[in-house]
Formats: sequence, C-alpha cells, structure tokens
Amino acid sequence: MPFIPHTEEDVRLMLAAIGAPSIEALFDEIPAGLRVQGLAGIPPGLSEMEIGRLMSERARQDGQPLSFLGGGAYEHHIPAAVWAIATRGEFYSAYTPYQAEASQGTLQLIHEYQTMISSLTGLEVSNASLYDGGSAVAEAALMAVRAHRRSNSQRVLLPTTVNPRYRQVARNTAGGQGLRFETIPCLSDTGSIDPAALAAYAGEDIAAVVIQQPNFFGRLEDVDALTDQAHALGMMVIAVVNPTSLALLKPPGEWGTRGADICVGEGQPLGVPLSSGGPYFGFMTTRMAHVRSMPGRIVGRTVDLEGRTGYTLTLQAREQHIRRGKATSNICTNQGLLMTAATLYMTLLGPTGLARVAEASMTRTAQLVAALSTLQGVRPAFAGAHFHEAVLRIDRPVAGVLRALEAEGILGGLDLAADYPELGHALLVCATETKTDADIERYAAALGRALEALRAA
Amino acid sequence: MNQTLEKPIFEYSRPGRGAAAQHPPAPSADAIGRAAIPDALRRREAPLLPEVSELDAVRHFTRLSQLNFSIDTNFYPLGSCTMKYNPKACNQYAMLPQFLGRHPLAPATVGQGFLSCMSELQDMLKEVTGMAAVSLSPMAGAHGEFAGVAMIRAYHRARGDLARDEIIVPAAAHGTNPATATMCGCSVKEIPVDAEGDVDLDALTKAVGPKTAGIMLTNPSTLGVFERKIEAVARIVHGAGGLLYYDGANLNAILGKVRPGDMGFDAIHMNLHKTFSTPHGGGGPGAGAVGVSARLEPFLPVPLVGSDEQGHRWLDETDRPQSIGRLSAFMGNAGVLLRAYIYMRMLGRDGMARVGEFATLNANYLQARLRDAGYELAYPTRRASHEFILTLRREAKEFDVTAMDIAKRLLDFGIHAPTTYFPMLVPECLLIEPTETESRETLDGFVEAMVAILAEARSDPARLKAAPYTMPVRRLDDVRAAKHLELTWKPVQ
Repeated sequence: MPFIPHTEEDVRLMLAAIGAPSIEALFDEIPAGLRVQGLAGIPPGLSEMEIGRLMSERARQDGQPLSFLGGGAYEHHIPAAVWAIATRGEFYSAYTPYQAEASQGTLQLIHEYQTMISSLTGLEVSNASLYDGGSAVAEAALMAVRAHRRSNSQRVLLPTTVNPRYRQVARNTAGGQGLRFETIPCLSDTGSIDPAALAAYAGEDIAAVVIQQPNFFGRLEDVDALTDQAHALGMMVIAVVNPTSLALLKPPGEWGTRGADICVGEGQPLGVPLSSGGPYFGFMTTRMAHVRSMPGRIVGRTVDLEGRTGYTLTLQAREQHIRRGKATSNICTNQGLLMTAATLYMTLLGPTGLARVAEASMTRTAQLVAALSTLQGVRPAFAGAHFHEAVLRIDRPVAGVLRALEAEGILGGLDLAADYPELGHALLVCATETKTDADIERYAAALGRALEALRAA
Repeated sequence: MNQTLEKPIFEYSRPGRGAAAQHPPAPSADAIGRAAIPDALRRREAPLLPEVSELDAVRHFTRLSQLNFSIDTNFYPLGSCTMKYNPKACNQYAMLPQFLGRHPLAPATVGQGFLSCMSELQDMLKEVTGMAAVSLSPMAGAHGEFAGVAMIRAYHRARGDLARDEIIVPAAAHGTNPATATMCGCSVKEIPVDAEGDVDLDALTKAVGPKTAGIMLTNPSTLGVFERKIEAVARIVHGAGGLLYYDGANLNAILGKVRPGDMGFDAIHMNLHKTFSTPHGGGGPGAGAVGVSARLEPFLPVPLVGSDEQGHRWLDETDRPQSIGRLSAFMGNAGVLLRAYIYMRMLGRDGMARVGEFATLNANYLQARLRDAGYELAYPTRRASHEFILTLRREAKEFDVTAMDIAKRLLDFGIHAPTTYFPMLVPECLLIEPTETESRETLDGFVEAMVAILAEARSDPARLKAAPYTMPVRRLDDVRAAKHLELTWKPVQ
C-alpha cells in the first residue's frame, strides 16, 4: 500500500488491542446514511514511474519560452544551493516551530531572515513573512488603521501606480472590516503619483497612503517628497517595494524626514521560482513602536535555563491561537519554506551580489527599451528614471503583437489594456540579469517582423 | 541529538568575501545601471547581508537544519496538523524546470500542461468532498476560511438578507475560526459541546436566528471525535436561514468514508498540506482550496480553471461577476497545488480511502494502548477519529506535572510533542495524531516513551519539570523574549 507500512499481521494485532472486529467497525459512529462507498470519480493510483512520465509530458507541453514578463513576478538566477538546502527534509517536512527546543534551526533562520529584511528595508522589525505581496498590502492597510494613533479613519489611498492585483486583493481582503480604499491618479507624462492629487486630501482624515517604489510601471517615484507630504497630512505611509531594488535604492525607513511607517512587498525575486504564481512570500517590516500591531509570526532571541542563547516565537498574544476573535489577523502559517529560500539567496548574493543583480537588471531593461524604441511605432511611454521595467506605447493593439511574438517562442510582456485603458496600446516589459544581448536582439527582430506584418495586413 | 548551537550567519561574515559564482559580472564603465538613479533616491549604506563563501552558507544552513525535528527524522504526532510523510516524488515532479520557470502572467497557451493538472485537481477535490465546485486559490487553511465566510456573507447580501452578521462556533473551535469571522466583519457566538463531545443542540437552537450568517464546524471535531448530530445541526442552521462552513483540518480522518457535501456543508476549506501531504515547510506554505455547494458557486474566489474545446484557461472576474474576487496576486500557491495533484494521482481512489482507514486505525490503537498504560482519555466512551485527547488533570493534581512537562520530556525520547493546551476546554490536554504513514513499531515506541514518562512523573516529577535535557537548548525564557525584544541580530559592540 503506497505510503502505508502496515502488514496484515500489524492490522490483526492492532485491532485486537483496540477490541474491534475490523477497520470498518472503527467508523461505526458515523450515521450509516452518510457513508460513501468508494470514490468512483478518482482515477486508479499510479506508481512513481508512471506519475513521473505523466508529469514530464505535462511539463513539456508548457515549454520554456523566452520571457520578458514582469508585473510583480521576476525571473532571476537562483543559486543551486538555495533549493538544495531548502528542500532538506529537516526544513521541508518540519512544522511551525511551536516546540522551540526542537526547532532551533527554523527559529534561528527566521531571526536571520528578520535581520536581513529589516536592514534591506531600513526599518527595525520584521515578521516571519505573509502569504504574498498582494496579501501583505492588505495586511499593511489593516495594520495602519489599527496602529494610527491620531486617527480612527478607515480610509486608505491606493494610487493607480500600485500593482492593480495588489489593489484588488487589498479591497477583497480588508473591505469586510470596513476599510475604504480610494484611488489617486498618476501623471500621464511621467507615470508617477500626482502630488496635487495627494494634496487635495488636505483637511481630510485618511489613515494611510500606499506608495509603490519602483511603481507598477517600473518608474521611480519621488518618495521623499511624497512621504513628507503624506505625513504632513496626518497619513501613515505604507511602502511597497521590490527587494532586489533595495540593494541600490534608498530604503523605505529613510524616505523623507521620518521614513515610511510600514514596508511590505513580494519576496519572490529573492530565490523563489516563478512557478505559475506561487508559492511566494510577502514580507513586512515596521518601526518598533508598531510591533504589537503587526500581524504574523515573530521570532525573538532569548536565553534558556542555563543562560545559553536560543530563539522562540514571541509576542504571540497578537495571534489567533491565543486571541481568537480579537487577533491582529486570522493568519496562522507564514510562508516558511520560501522565507528559508530567500534567506539562503540573500546570504549567497550578499550586499555585492544583490547590487549586481539589481544593476544588471536595470541595465538590461534600459538596453531593451532602447533596442525596441528604434522600431517604427514603438516608443517609451514615460520619461524619467526606471528600475527594471518600463511601459512601451505601440501603434497597434498589444494583444495581436503578443500573439505574433508568442508564435516565435517569445513572451513579449504584459498587455496593460485591461487594467489601464487610458494608456492606449501599452506594453509593460521587463528584462533582468538573466537576459543576454542575443535575447534582446532576438526580441527586437521578432517585434520588428510582427509590427511589419500587422501593418501590411 | 545534543547538537551544538550554531553561531549567527552574520558572525561568519568578512568584508570582501562572497559566493562569487552567484554574482553577475561587475558592470562595465558604460553600463546604464546605477547612474540612471537620481542621487536623492540612492541607497547610502549597504544592507546588512552576510559576506560569506558558498561553503560557509551551505555549512551554516545545513547545520541549522540539523537542529530541527521533522517528519523525515522524527515521529511527529502533532494533533490537528496531520504530519504525515511527504513523498519525495511530489517534490521532484513539481519542480520540473518548465513548471518552475512558468511566469504567472504567461498566456494559457503556454501552460496547458500545468493547467490540466489544476483542472483535474479541482475535479478530484470535488469528488472526495462531495462539493459542487472548487477554487484552488486560497493560500492556507485560514485563507480558505476567510474565503468561505466571505462567500457566505456575499450570498446573504446578494439575496438582500443584510442582517446576517453572526457566526456561530463551538467552544472548542480552532482559533482561526473566530479570527476569520472578525476579519469578515462578523461577530462570534460560541456554543458549548456536551459531555460526549457532540454539539449541544439546545444551545444551538437558541443561538440561531435572523442574524445567523452561518456556523463553522470541524468534523471530526477538534475533540477527536465524529460529530454524530451533524444532520440535526445542518437542519437547525439551514432552518434558520444560515449556512454551514466546514473547517477541513480533520479531513484526513474521513477521506473516502464520508464527505462534507453529503453532511450538508455549504462551504469548506481543505488543508492540502495536511490531507494531501504537501510539505509544512517549517510553517508554510500551505494551500487552502475551498469547495462549495451549488448555491455558493457564483461567489468562489478567482482565479478558477475553466475548460472548453480550446483547452484550459484561468477564469477571472469577467467570467465570474459575483465572485468575492482575487485573494492572491496571482494563482495562490500553485507549486503546492501541483504537489497535492501528484499525491492524489499516486494514491488513486483506493489509496485515498485507505488514508482514512489507517489514520483511524493508528489513532484508535494508540488510544487503546495509552489508556491501558494508565493515561486518562478525555472521551473514553468514544471512538477516536484520526486523533484523540489525553487529559493530564490527575497527574497535574497528584504530581504537579503539566501537559507541557510531558510534551517537553517526549523531545528527549526523539519524539515531537503532541499538540498541547488545545482544545482549551479540556484541562491539561495532549492532542495526539499519529497519521497513517507511521508503523506499529513507531507507535509502540511512543507508548513506551509515554510509559517511562508516567513512571517518572510518579518517581521524580522535578525531572519532568526541567525537561528537555538533550535538545540544542534547554527550556527557553519566553517571558524575557517578549519583554526584552531582540528581533534582529546586532553586532557586538
């Protein structure tokens, strides 16, 4: 029996110890009318060899196209050691470290993770991770409303420069508790937050504003001015950042005069494979003053009976298993395995490696934009500094262009028509350190052919 | 065990060292990179990341891993968590390069292999739970609970039934149940269970009314017994206009034997990291797929996998206008879902029914042996489901040892502690779940350890109170951890 070790002799001895005539008898408390006889809709079992063949066939169907997609998930090289270690059974098959003495490996690793993410974001404390970037934005909004000392407002500003999917998740997650999200527009020439739109909230009671840096279009926002402006208006500032970019960009803890109050983001770029969208992890950091309002698990350093250093889950009085209906969130798990991978990734890259990844990605994207913009009918949509993504305006509907590129084995980027119809035919492209000169040339040539064909049609 | 402690990674760090093979080449002088960042937006001080060699990193994290208990190394009878063996094939085949490399925004045309697995997974989960439809997107059990209660609220709202904002939970419910109700803007009403562990129907009848949105139940319950009055519970709640939510934490107990849909539940979540053996990963990722009865189907969270003659594709709000919407930026924990798919295909229909059978056999065997060894069962007249509860109130009174002391002492025997102090209504309790993947010898070894510990409680209770002795650390000072918060590593001054 797959994964069940019992011999017939075992079953006989065990039933005798129980005093039951059969395994079936162990289910005699279930009302007979509710019992099912078999699961006809489930196919018969497969051996490991058979499932291996099936999954290899399925994987082959998906192929490995050359991808210039970003939009919240990024292709980076992942060192071999990252998943070789993360999938060790001692990490992979352990549970939440509730029994601290038997979980020091996971606990110390989380403490090291908290240290790295805190430093990367320039804020004092980190939790042990949340589900993903989108849910982290939702939790940050809920937290800001809880933590704001001088306002009971449930209104949170979400600029259109924040990833549209994060905005949807925030609404769908926090709306039930009465939070109201209001959209503020961006400037059409620079693709960055319109400061005048923020200023228009003067005199109103707003709990927080969300600022994404680099923003969804890859543009660098003027975070210092925006942070100071929001603080002057009595709002808390929630930063949404790409962790790779923080090797080069000013950390949210240093934005403006006082720094952002809460920082969240998608941790996927730190050693987590794209994997059709998950599992990823969300990170969250804040100032020590707000630590008791933070959701999720937190690990602290302490000492044991003999005075030796050890690590343990702490501030658990915030959490659902203690506080039940009054907890800061219903979250129970973190994304432990992904956080483990990220800690390995950050260790192997170090400050130098991470800065090189960031810089190479910026450079590749700039080269890509330059190469594509030489084509007739293609131009950059926004002026100003970008990180590793950019919006291109094309003189043909993007969907058809992308289909033509796909036929050549290229995923050309993300069509913004559905989320940003006001931008016209707009395409979000991304290149990371994984792209070569030849890749960029191949894309440019294919795009040229595609546009020519569309114009001829 | 007795592993030596490992120093923080930061203390291995030396300026200028690094895992050079992992770094992209240094940028050329004319690279567009960093120079494009306006001065005011630049980082001034490098982040505190370690500067270590690849071997330093591998050795450090391998050593850390060795400080953990895990299923691969230890019996882990943690009640309510279903710590069963995670087959290696599930990991290996979910990590094929095409699956790992697929971008979440890639078109469905380059994901038919992956999407076909997801489509079949939806169908298999419908079959094992008896629900009308399934969405795979919630990322953990609590996330699935959130989706479930949000759907129940959306259902009432769509009918113009606006007053229903109360969620009923039994006193023994998982903490996530009331926390979820709060997150969905509901208030919580707790109802008691009777002496044999079944819901108190009189209390339920009094609790329901025009404000009842629904009830959240786990069955088998958190008390380790099957809720025998489930049909009456469903009649009462439905009769009052409320819906039934099934917390799937204990689905392993009844796999192939009885289905939540047949019991009358309207919304359920499944913990794929429990029942379908995806890894717990040191605290995640989970996966909390939700299933619904026909009346809740329009409200399922997106994306769902839809199939037609052109193949499989994601369905979003455009296809599902009444959906409670998207709860994750992309597609939930897709890689976890692949592992669950592989596990279910390997078990097949017969293997799945065996899961419930042997999980229940193991739990009842352990329960009988521990009872015979002198431990007190919380529900001695009941069959165990896939787990059961011991109460140590007698030992607490006679020898002044607690459930926690026994749990900690078990670690010295190389056994992970059962769940302690949950459910809270049983004093000094241990919730024990062996799972179907453990052999009789392992269970006997657990009984021997428990017998030795009980003898020690009688002869030398002080020894128990200071356990464990063989772990990398002794009992930790939790009070100090919370009072003097040291949440990050700081260089020694």
